[in-house]
Amino acid sequence: MIVATPPRPADLRAPATMFAQVAHTPAILAIEATRDAVPTVWIARQDAHAALARLKQPEAALRMLLDLTVIDERERTHRGDQPPSAFTLVYHLLSFADDGDELRVKVPLPADRPHAPTISDLWPNANWYECEAWDLFGIVFDGHPFLRRLLTPPTWTGHPLRKDHYARATEMPPYSLTEDQEKREQEALRFDPGQWGMHRHSANTDFMFLNLGPNHPSVHGVFRIVLQLEGERIVDAVPDIGFHHRGAEKMGERQSWHSYIPYTDRVDYLGGVMNNFPYVMAVETLAGIQPPPRAQMIRVMLAELFRIASHLVFYGTMSQDVGQLSPVFYMFTDRERVFEIIEAICGFRMHPAFFRIGGVAMDLPTGWDGLVRTFLDYLPKRLDEYEKMVMRNGIFRARTKGVGAYTVREAIEWGVTGPGLRACGLEWDYRRRAPYACYDQLEFDIPTAANGDCYDRVVVHIAEIRQSLRIVRQCVDNMPAGPIKADHPLTTPPPRTRTMHDIETLIHHFLNVSWGPVIPPGEARGCVEATKGLNQYHLVSDGGTMSYRTRIRTPSFPHLQMIPLISRGAMIADLIAIIGSIDFVMADVDR
Amino acid sequence: MTAPMPVIIGVTLAILLGLATFLTWFERRLLGLWQDRYGPNRVGPGGILQAVADGIKILFKQDWIPPFADRGVFVLAPAIGMMTVLLSFGVVPVTAFWSIAGTLNVGLLFVLAMMGMGVYGVVLAGWASNSKYALLGSMRAAAQMISYEVFMGLSVLGVVMQAGSFTMRDIVLAQSGLWFVVPQALGCAVFTLAGIAETHRLPFDLPEGENELGAGFHTEYSGMKFGMFFLAEYAGVVLVSALLVTLYLGGWEGPLLPPALWFALKTSALVCLFVLLRAALPRPRYDQLMALGWKILLPLSLLNIAATGAILLLHAPG
Repeated sequence: MIVATPPRPADLRAPATMFAQVAHTPAILAIEATRDAVPTVWIARQDAHAALARLKQPEAALRMLLDLTVIDERERTHRGDQPPSAFTLVYHLLSFADDGDELRVKVPLPADRPHAPTISDLWPNANWYECEAWDLFGIVFDGHPFLRRLLTPPTWTGHPLRKDHYARATEMPPYSLTEDQEKREQEALRFDPGQWGMHRHSANTDFMFLNLGPNHPSVHGVFRIVLQLEGERIVDAVPDIGFHHRGAEKMGERQSWHSYIPYTDRVDYLGGVMNNFPYVMAVETLAGIQPPPRAQMIRVMLAELFRIASHLVFYGTMSQDVGQLSPVFYMFTDRERVFEIIEAICGFRMHPAFFRIGGVAMDLPTGWDGLVRTFLDYLPKRLDEYEKMVMRNGIFRARTKGVGAYTVREAIEWGVTGPGLRACGLEWDYRRRAPYACYDQLEFDIPTAANGDCYDRVVVHIAEIRQSLRIVRQCVDNMPAGPIKADHPLTTPPPRTRTMHDIETLIHHFLNVSWGPVIPPGEARGCVEATKGLNQYHLVSDGGTMSYRTRIRTPSFPHLQMIPLISRGAMIADLIAIIGSIDFVMADVDR
Repeated sequence: MTAPMPVIIGVTLAILLGLATFLTWFERRLLGLWQDRYGPNRVGPGGILQAVADGIKILFKQDWIPPFADRGVFVLAPAIGMMTVLLSFGVVPVTAFWSIAGTLNVGLLFVLAMMGMGVYGVVLAGWASNSKYALLGSMRAAAQMISYEVFMGLSVLGVVMQAGSFTMRDIVLAQSGLWFVVPQALGCAVFTLAGIAETHRLPFDLPEGENELGAGFHTEYSGMKFGMFFLAEYAGVVLVSALLVTLYLGGWEGPLLPPALWFALKTSALVCLFVLLRAALPRPRYDQLMALGWKILLPLSLLNIAATGAILLLHAPG
């Protein structure tokens, strides 16, 4: 995965890939060499929709719109020979059939009134991504069904991720909220069914519109779903997100490469260091750093421990969502045991920010292996017990089987990754498809299920806990010796062994801890199979001490967009089971 | 050895309210035990005064009625809920000599009537709250409680046929040879399920359904009015346990120990069972609950009546 020099796009992939499909068409403006070996092509705005439609065409190829985002190029200095552009639309496509073939399509847009054709007719999950691009960058998508503010409040002025939008409160006059403003803000939250093309009445009934959230015991954070109800049956649903939006991407542009790491921990707050992983991988790709084997193994072990912790929370809250009171306590107790290990190794529990550019923060403490082994022997027995208590419970089965089901095709169309995708029967895991870190040296199975309903999603999660235990055991047994940080000038903070002996390393150390490292210009992404699906950081460096653009593609975002599709016709109680089985956290959705 | 009626009423009421209050603490401790945690253990020995602390807190809370609610009905609803449960206790005989109206000749019918009234407490609460969650909760309550009343009524008919009386005291006396739980096992099972549904406790707490409806029918209630729903629920648990004991488990009868103690022991054991159910089971969906009632419990209770009747006829003298 990690390349020292930019590869030549021509020899990136075998023919019949998406790249080969478009590379020789006249629509291509340019072919870009990025640092991360993902083939990247530039296509003019007027050709974009046709080209993307062709790329989606082969049905059997299962091509997903993995991400859609924008780069504000107006202040970027190191653009190389890229075509002129003020705002660049970036489409990231991923094929599930052709051995995980990927393609990045860039579309240049002008500074003045940037607009592009919508592709929500091709991939339904483009709907929210395009709303996000409108909200944060002010890009208009022609033909979009309902372009609206998605993450910021409807009353917001400006587009926050534009370079000319302020990033900090100190750049603004003091904030005050008058009574009129407050009324206006509250009024803006009122749901208007007409806006969504919904009717208040049908021929023989009046519908009830129920605000489920933003404060509701079962929405796992601040998340609102407006339900159109006929009795208790759901006619339609409108998910409303953005209550947890903290501008994590904007913060990335104001923090040094190193000091941004703790912010990533809080994106999927159940995933801990799992969030550091794609970020440091992207930075390392940009800098050309190869972390040493011990660091890689420590990273994988911690990431898998966090996967276990996150899945345990999922398991407990899922059973609680269908009304079972006790399991959540047992599973939180087990999670506490995971945190004991995490704490012993990292010194912190939920958000250790333990990964560093080029390695990890500290070496493993004495006796760590005993601690981990005890846990590895402890958990399987507990899981067997939970199997009896939850999975074989008749009421639990009745509540989850056949509820909220979708097919592989629908999952791909809507951008579903992770356990939710594997529950439909597709054996696909990024750790196997593109073994980052040291996953190529580890044995594990990819658990799948057949029906893609709520029950199957729980089945896959539990099987993944067992696989993660297997991976962690291999890490304990085979932990290589050696350094925990790469010997590279951009490793942060740099190893200190020689700083007092020669001026060169002293200067490096001084600069890297005062300014932070200066990462060479370029673009790269890091992608991991996170607890909830594919988590990808797409970083643009302009040769500075801070990222020029930090794009976080989180798995939960598209998962939530799918809720209306799988909950129409279900009961309110089913919706709660569906929400529980999706396994999301709102911080991961809103960023 | 019969005490004057006001004393009996006073003592029963005091014990009952005390018990319901105490149960709020007891259930939390018991759940804590089963869930590998402590539960409230700070106030008083073992935390037992937690119930008192909660009572004080809830009494001193602002008596808030939402401006959009129907005031009169909103205030009346918790009172109905509480009252019907307390009145039902009137006919439950603790011992042969200790009951308020254990000899009432329509005793069992009176209980069923009170339970029917109890539905109003929940339904009116949801209706008067004028809130969507409360309304959904009370809609569920109406359907669930009225349906399960049917099965409850049908399931006890076997007992009545065997005892030949609606009088609670006579029903207990009729069990001196064999507790009705043996011949009426089917009826007992249906009655237990219906009893859980009537008191809307987990797994049949759909009118509350906290994961779905926030707090269901009492979403808008706070302070002591909420406290009354809360206490009525616990008193309801005691009531259903006491009824099970009276109808199926031989009431106060038992060797060695004094009758009142037997009654208390049996009732407490059943109360613990109710708590255990809450700790163990998830909640079925609304339509599943109704299907269970009409497709399984109704035929079962009818079968029970038919079988009991047939056997009684076969053994009838002459």
